[in-house]
Amino acid sequence: MIIKRALDIRSSEITDENLYLRRREFMKAAAVPAVAAFAGLTPAVALAAGQEALPNVRKGVVTLDEALTPWEDVTTYNNFYEFGTDKSDPARNAKNFRTKPWTVKVDGLVNKPGDYHFEDLVAPHALEERVYRLRCVEAWSMVIPWVGFPLKDLLKRVEPQGGAKFVEFTTLHDPKQMPGQRVGVLDWPYVEGLRLDEAMHPLAILAVGLYGKVLPNQNGAPLRLVVPWKYGFKSIKSIVSIRLTAKQPVSSWQKSAPQEYGFYSNVNPDVDHPRWSQARERRIGEFLKRKTLMFNGYADQVAGLYAGMDLKKFY
Amino acid sequence: MRAFRLIKPFVFIAALGPLAYLLIAAWQGSLGANPIETITRSTGLWTLRFMLITLAVTPLRRLTGWNGVISLRRMLGLFAFFYGSLHLLTYVWLDQFFDWAAIVKDVAKRPFITAGFSAYVLLVPLAITSTAGMIRRLGGRTWRRLHRLAYVTAALGVVHYWWLVKADIRPPRNYGLVLAALLLVRLYVSLKGGALRPSRRAAASTSPR
Repeated sequence: MIIKRALDIRSSEITDENLYLRRREFMKAAAVPAVAAFAGLTPAVALAAGQEALPNVRKGVVTLDEALTPWEDVTTYNNFYEFGTDKSDPARNAKNFRTKPWTVKVDGLVNKPGDYHFEDLVAPHALEERVYRLRCVEAWSMVIPWVGFPLKDLLKRVEPQGGAKFVEFTTLHDPKQMPGQRVGVLDWPYVEGLRLDEAMHPLAILAVGLYGKVLPNQNGAPLRLVVPWKYGFKSIKSIVSIRLTAKQPVSSWQKSAPQEYGFYSNVNPDVDHPRWSQARERRIGEFLKRKTLMFNGYADQVAGLYAGMDLKKFY
Repeated sequence: MRAFRLIKPFVFIAALGPLAYLLIAAWQGSLGANPIETITRSTGLWTLRFMLITLAVTPLRRLTGWNGVISLRRMLGLFAFFYGSLHLLTYVWLDQFFDWAAIVKDVAKRPFITAGFSAYVLLVPLAITSTAGMIRRLGGRTWRRLHRLAYVTAALGVVHYWWLVKADIRPPRNYGLVLAALLLVRLYVSLKGGALRPSRRAAASTSPR
């Protein structure tokens, strides 16, 4: 019996092995828009595909042995009142937010004040990936792979003067672009502050991206602070001003409800918000709540900053 | 009154809409990044909405002279209780996962939870006494007096919401304004010496079966 075996697959039709091994990725990528369209959830997913990748990011600078919160959740569940008070508002309302050109004013008690173009501000710094926990004051949390550089490196560049004790940050004030600012929910513009030694801590970073990509608008593009041991609202977004001062700044939430939001706002399971407990948190994507960690799990690194302070008083 | 036979089941099905929406969204996985929060918010809002809709029935009848609408009131009130129960269940089960120590502490220590819990507790006797038998047993006057608790529970619902928000008080304020308007209508009518409750004849024709 003769079995005639033709070579019935031409070599041009054979899938490249590399591509073949990545078929699941491809399937996922292809499936996402379909699923999204079905569920009526297009914006964030579409954005993930469109968001530009950041080149030359040093990986593994700070890692965490906890599962990353998916991109979809990180970019659709945001507290960014400038774009609306519902957590789904920013992803919708920040879509056309212009982050180019962008200028950051550095002034106050520094030797090198000036208006820095975003590109010039970031260019001298090597970008690194840092996986941090983010704990919101509302008792939910995420794990986010930020891309950025240490705030202290920038501060050193602009040379704080001897009298500088605090850093005050301000968000852009542009009610035309930021619909949330047309309502007096907070006293705009948004202001946040750190003690200078907190700002100089190596864990405090200025972020320009997440998941290896350019920071999405709803996450505080183009430049935001990330201070992982403090409640999320301390990590101010879309920064246009960095000012070194001798006097402790008054942050927006402090101004809005001083008995509820202190200047420090360190994550602390033992000091409750007057209206809800801070002992536990819901990690986005998990069902059961987990215990909140002192300084959000960064006590070994940052507790020294607060040695001898009564954290119930300086909440 | 024939139209009414159709309206009641229609309203019943419509009132199940918010629950159906949540179930479908849960099945599709489109409840967002924090599904438990979405469910809690939605059931809470619908409790308050049904409270206000229920309290709007009597003024509506007064304004329109459409007495038949009163036969929807009990059902709408029971839907407020239904969504309130789902809201409480979401909190106890999904949010706290039966951590009774934490729940007791929450109810005692957190004013907004104290208010919300009180609002629910006050709804319970209203739901229990909503049957025709209970109305008969209590007598119309006692029953009506008891059911004035509806105003208190609605106000507590607004307070519960108000104390929960961080900075944007607009939504709870709007619900508060609706409630205030509904109460003012009643005040106005009673000052004018009128009664919002039906005349004897109308009551007889629309009394619960």
